[in-house]
Amino acid sequence: MQYHTATSYENAVELAEAAQGTIRFLAGGTDVLVQLRAEIVTPDVLIDIKQIPGAADIQCLADGSWQIGAAVSGAQLDEHGTLKANWPGVVEAMNLIGSTQVQGRATLTGNLCNGSPAADSVPAMLAANASVTIIGPDGQRQVPVKDIPSGPGKTTLKSGEVIASVNLPAQSASGADAYLRFIPRTEMDIAVVGCAVSLELDGPKIAKARVAIGAVAPTVRLVESAAEGLIGSTLDDAALAALASAVRDACDPINDKRGTIEYRTHVAGVLAQRAAKIAYQRARSKS
Amino acid sequence: MALDEPKTTDFKYVGTRPDRPDGFDKVTGRAKFGADMSAPGMLHAAILRSPHAHARILSIDTSEAEAMKGVKAVVTRADFSKNVPFESGLSGEFWNILENVMAGEKALYDGHAVAAVAATSALDARDALKLIKVDYEVLPHVTDVDAAMASGAPVLRKGAADSSVPEGLHPNVVRYHESGHGDVEAGFTAADLVIEDSFVTEATHQGYIEPHACLATLGSDGKGELWCTTQGHWHAQKVCAALLDLETSQLRVTASEIGGGFGGKTTVFIEPVALALARKANRSVKLVMNRSEVFRATGPTSSTSMDIKIGMTKDGKITAAKGVFCLQGGAFPGAPCDESAMCAFAPYNLENVLQVGYDVMSNRPKQAAYRAPGSPMAAFAVESVIDELCKKLNLDPIDIRLKNAAHTGSKSSFGPRFDAIGLVETLEAAKAHPHYSAPLKPGQGRGISCGFWFNHGGETAVSLALSEDGTAQISVGTPDIGGSRASMALMAAEELGIPYDHIRCTIADTATLGYNEISHGSRVTYASGLATIKAARDAVEKLCKRAAAKWGIPEEAVKWQDGFAVPSGPNAGDFDPIPLKDLTADMGATGGPIVGHFEASPEGAGVSFATHLVDAEVDPETGKTEILRYTVVQDAGKAIHPTYVEGQYQGGAAQGIGWALNEEYIYGDDGRLQNAGFLDYRIPLASDLPMIDTVIIEVPNPGHPYGVRGVGETSICPPLAAIANAVSAASGVRLRQLPMSPPRIVAALKNQSNG
Repeated sequence: MQYHTATSYENAVELAEAAQGTIRFLAGGTDVLVQLRAEIVTPDVLIDIKQIPGAADIQCLADGSWQIGAAVSGAQLDEHGTLKANWPGVVEAMNLIGSTQVQGRATLTGNLCNGSPAADSVPAMLAANASVTIIGPDGQRQVPVKDIPSGPGKTTLKSGEVIASVNLPAQSASGADAYLRFIPRTEMDIAVVGCAVSLELDGPKIAKARVAIGAVAPTVRLVESAAEGLIGSTLDDAALAALASAVRDACDPINDKRGTIEYRTHVAGVLAQRAAKIAYQRARSKS
Repeated sequence: MALDEPKTTDFKYVGTRPDRPDGFDKVTGRAKFGADMSAPGMLHAAILRSPHAHARILSIDTSEAEAMKGVKAVVTRADFSKNVPFESGLSGEFWNILENVMAGEKALYDGHAVAAVAATSALDARDALKLIKVDYEVLPHVTDVDAAMASGAPVLRKGAADSSVPEGLHPNVVRYHESGHGDVEAGFTAADLVIEDSFVTEATHQGYIEPHACLATLGSDGKGELWCTTQGHWHAQKVCAALLDLETSQLRVTASEIGGGFGGKTTVFIEPVALALARKANRSVKLVMNRSEVFRATGPTSSTSMDIKIGMTKDGKITAAKGVFCLQGGAFPGAPCDESAMCAFAPYNLENVLQVGYDVMSNRPKQAAYRAPGSPMAAFAVESVIDELCKKLNLDPIDIRLKNAAHTGSKSSFGPRFDAIGLVETLEAAKAHPHYSAPLKPGQGRGISCGFWFNHGGETAVSLALSEDGTAQISVGTPDIGGSRASMALMAAEELGIPYDHIRCTIADTATLGYNEISHGSRVTYASGLATIKAARDAVEKLCKRAAAKWGIPEEAVKWQDGFAVPSGPNAGDFDPIPLKDLTADMGATGGPIVGHFEASPEGAGVSFATHLVDAEVDPETGKTEILRYTVVQDAGKAIHPTYVEGQYQGGAAQGIGWALNEEYIYGDDGRLQNAGFLDYRIPLASDLPMIDTVIIEVPNPGHPYGVRGVGETSICPPLAAIANAVSAASGVRLRQLPMSPPRIVAALKNQSNG
């Protein structure tokens, strides 16, 4: 096994292109190292990207949008007051992952690249309409987060490509988001169901909405029909019922050790309603 | 064993709460656990395990692995004893253990060991496993207890059933138990209400944090050394010697510090394998399990399927009780169906009772003891039915338990009459506790349950040596799994009359003391404690003899009082008391070293009862349960170190909460374990638990000099039922299957609303 410390994203790409066998980029390592120890994936080449200048930086750009470096940890997001006030759902989703120790290492980018349908931060990023900056052999490109996952453990990233940052749009003055997951214990579990809702209000009415669900399909899903049902409503009982119904229709889960098809589908609707209420409350309290 | 009246009052050291002697080592990392020992030139070992639930092993080709650089030895079943006879039931336990630690003709479960490698590095050993070629013929498998008993189920092994099993049962049923008294049918006729119901529990693992680990050395001269994490190193010595054709005394076994056992370290899994590799390589071999191996190939508890029928009059008298307990114990005999049956109705004084147990084999790992083996599941089923009867008849659950409670002198459900017991006292204390009358909010429910465990004595040897400076060292043979070194030192301090911190208690190796049974059956504070007291009294007798010689008076004229030899009365003479340290200072010149010792198999362990109260809240939309409040009331006989007694109470409740709500072995259709890790085998986290309140009841056990009863196991008997009763009260639906995971609760609520 070879271990490289990349000095820039371009350098990381060069190292990846030159490598033979199984390659893994290493940021926090909270998935890669676990998989290595469990002999699930034994990489031939590890390329550490966390020393790259800027990789651990959170930047607010002039237009109010955010650029979160690939090696920014969950703990850093939690301690960033402005970002947390802008995108509380994204930060709370990231902060649900693992333990306090894991939070010191784990990254949004890693959570996305691991490709798990149950990844906590990914529904929140989808609902927030986040994108990623990818650097690869053919240069740089911007891709919506929703286009990255392609199946359990799989992404649309091409060979040699590395994500440099997660980009969150500027939050609207009347917008807020929320993320909830269901786990059987109080912490340390993988989501049985996850749901993120991002809303933008016009007075008491919902003007824009995005709803995303996790752990109920082969990939995290954006549920556009659920969002459409919310727009124009004040999140009244009828809108909540329609939301649960649309979310349940969008579920395509499996039976496994963490839950049944029936249970996951049912709880997805419950969580969508609860997350929507929190996001709505957060947005209302801004005005 | 005849004993004087227990001393139950006027203690100076017993009942205090000093720091544990092993605490400093454990918090500073100095303590040596199973994996912390090394030897010069040591090799590292790894075990190849079957990926199949049931398969015939057609051939094993180890040649490539043996040829790999760094590999020093490869062993298969051929490297173990050929002189261990196969016998039915538990008579063939050595064979059962041998077959479990290294598969013979068949792999019997997912994770069954089939070969092992020792190499110069742990990575090399692991890589070498991939070079071993095993040719399997995959066979049909069965992992469910009811399915394993049904006609047509795959037969694991013919001839395993012992003579207790009635004709006509499936060969996977290997032991049968039936006991009780009276006429249950007549009793049911006399009842105003009879409830009959079925219950299912899944297998759970003890979940000790320290994986099994050992360091083995064994030369061609047949002399060996074994360091391992175990609850019983004499047992390990005996079993390993049998499995490797060694003379028992030539294998010296030392127990490491132990990172939890709870019954799961009462047998051997890897030790004979490490010894076989060490013998073949002629080098020391270290073998450490990973967590996945612990789940797949050590001993979880049994899964169960149970049918309970209880009759009650309108005013709450139980007229008859019947239980059938089917326990799946993995691919070998030994599931504690007899304990389930005998514990099930033990809290009740019944005229008519019948209990039947079936020990059933399936393609799962060989079950091992887990805290009061068999009792918690039986209590879950029985106490759920009693709860339902109380609800339907509108009776208070504590009053009804008091009305039917077993008491001193009553005939037990399993036969003998009870000696002094404290069940009634636990129920009265629970009823008087503020917890029982605290208001509940909507969506919350309260549950109560009683629980019972026998406790055990067993072979015990203790030695107590005095030092010249007047301090004492105790050698005991029972690994310390619950703070027992502190308890031993307290009891010795009480007898010798010297301070607690002047005494060091050590877990001796197998070469140092006579045979000591495993630390199991909640026996250590009882049996090693009794032996420590007796060894101390033996030393005191010798001290008195030295004082008598100094004074020139008969031995009988000297007595021991609070650390001093004193004349026994005015007629004995007028001498200044001599402190212990003055007698030990010149003991070399007055007759030699002073050592007290005691060896026996004490039989007065004294049974123990508990009553638990629990409040739970259930989210009806997600089925998630929160445990809001928990109170343990249990009879300890005498709490030597109350903090560690409370710790046992809390630990049993915490493990019970996990078992009740989330812990389970999940097998796929392929017979493979789906959740062999702490990520998906969900033990409770600190944040899942409320502060667990404890009440220590002390009804002295006449079989111990201070009245001690074991406390380690009874604490896990009531939680499953108490929590099930609380969850049922909170959710409005009776849960008859464990764990009561959120999907099961939501499904039960849906079924109920669908009528």
